[in-house]
Amino acid sequence: MLQFTPWSALGGGLLIGLSAVVLLALDGRIAGVSGIAGGLWFSSAGDRLWRVAFLAGLVGGAALWALAGGALPSPRAHFPAALLVLAGLLVGYGTALGGGCTSGHGVCGLARGSPRSLAATATFVAVAVASTFVVRHVLQIS
Amino acid sequence: MSSQVNRQAIARALAALAAGLVFGVGLALSQMIDPLKVLGFLDVSGAWDPSLMFVMGGAVVLAAAGFYLVLLRRRPLLDERFDLPSRAAIDARLLLGSALFGVGWGLAGYCPGPAIATLGLGNAEAWWFVPAMLAGAGLQRWQSQRRARTGATAADAPAS
Repeated sequence: MLQFTPWSALGGGLLIGLSAVVLLALDGRIAGVSGIAGGLWFSSAGDRLWRVAFLAGLVGGAALWALAGGALPSPRAHFPAALLVLAGLLVGYGTALGGGCTSGHGVCGLARGSPRSLAATATFVAVAVASTFVVRHVLQIS
Repeated sequence: MSSQVNRQAIARALAALAAGLVFGVGLALSQMIDPLKVLGFLDVSGAWDPSLMFVMGGAVVLAAAGFYLVLLRRRPLLDERFDLPSRAAIDARLLLGSALFGVGWGLAGYCPGPAIATLGLGNAEAWWFVPAMLAGAGLQRWQSQRRARTGATAADAPAS
């Protein structure tokens, strides 16, 4: 049974917010992960280095956490790879079309008071709730 | 001159690396790298776990205060100008894209940040998800570029 963890959630959230402030203050960029990663396609050579560096930092930050002995999730044993690929395609295509994900719209956009980001966030959270319900309780995959 | 430019680009990359590291630790600390934790929030029918709201709440409040102060300046420290999204329209693209993202997020419990952060943790799930995600993003961007190009060509062509 998973538990409600308000303090670590809040602490992690503050770090994510801090990261977004640092990236805007220094590089003038929005810390939207789908935009930073998707922007590697068709970008000029000069626009690539900071993107790769940010994404390497994401991987490195989680790895440092693990090296420091932080708790890691135990991977699901039998979650279908085909579903992961389908989910990946939808997340990649959808965030590119909608111009953002949980970080770009959900954190940075809301922090800027953008009605567009509020509409996006309300939409993807509501649809994800429905999608989770279908996968877990109708198809019974977990 | 050109070494000056390179030095700026390297400084920007180091800043991005630092921001990424902090973001990655934040995702790990908040357990957003655990798809079951995320699905515990999205699954409202069982024992609902509201933790994700605290993650977003903390991030949004701190970012809102920080953005306000940062944007009082005319430019970022390491670049000429702020690169902020200019689109404001709540249109079909935004809603359809966000809905497709929502379907995928609810299917597996990964959004882009946690999926990429998981690449270094020895969990094979991310290695299925992330390449597919990049392919999906590449496909949409390719379509959008091609549409812009054919649109421009059609507009330039003499009406006959």
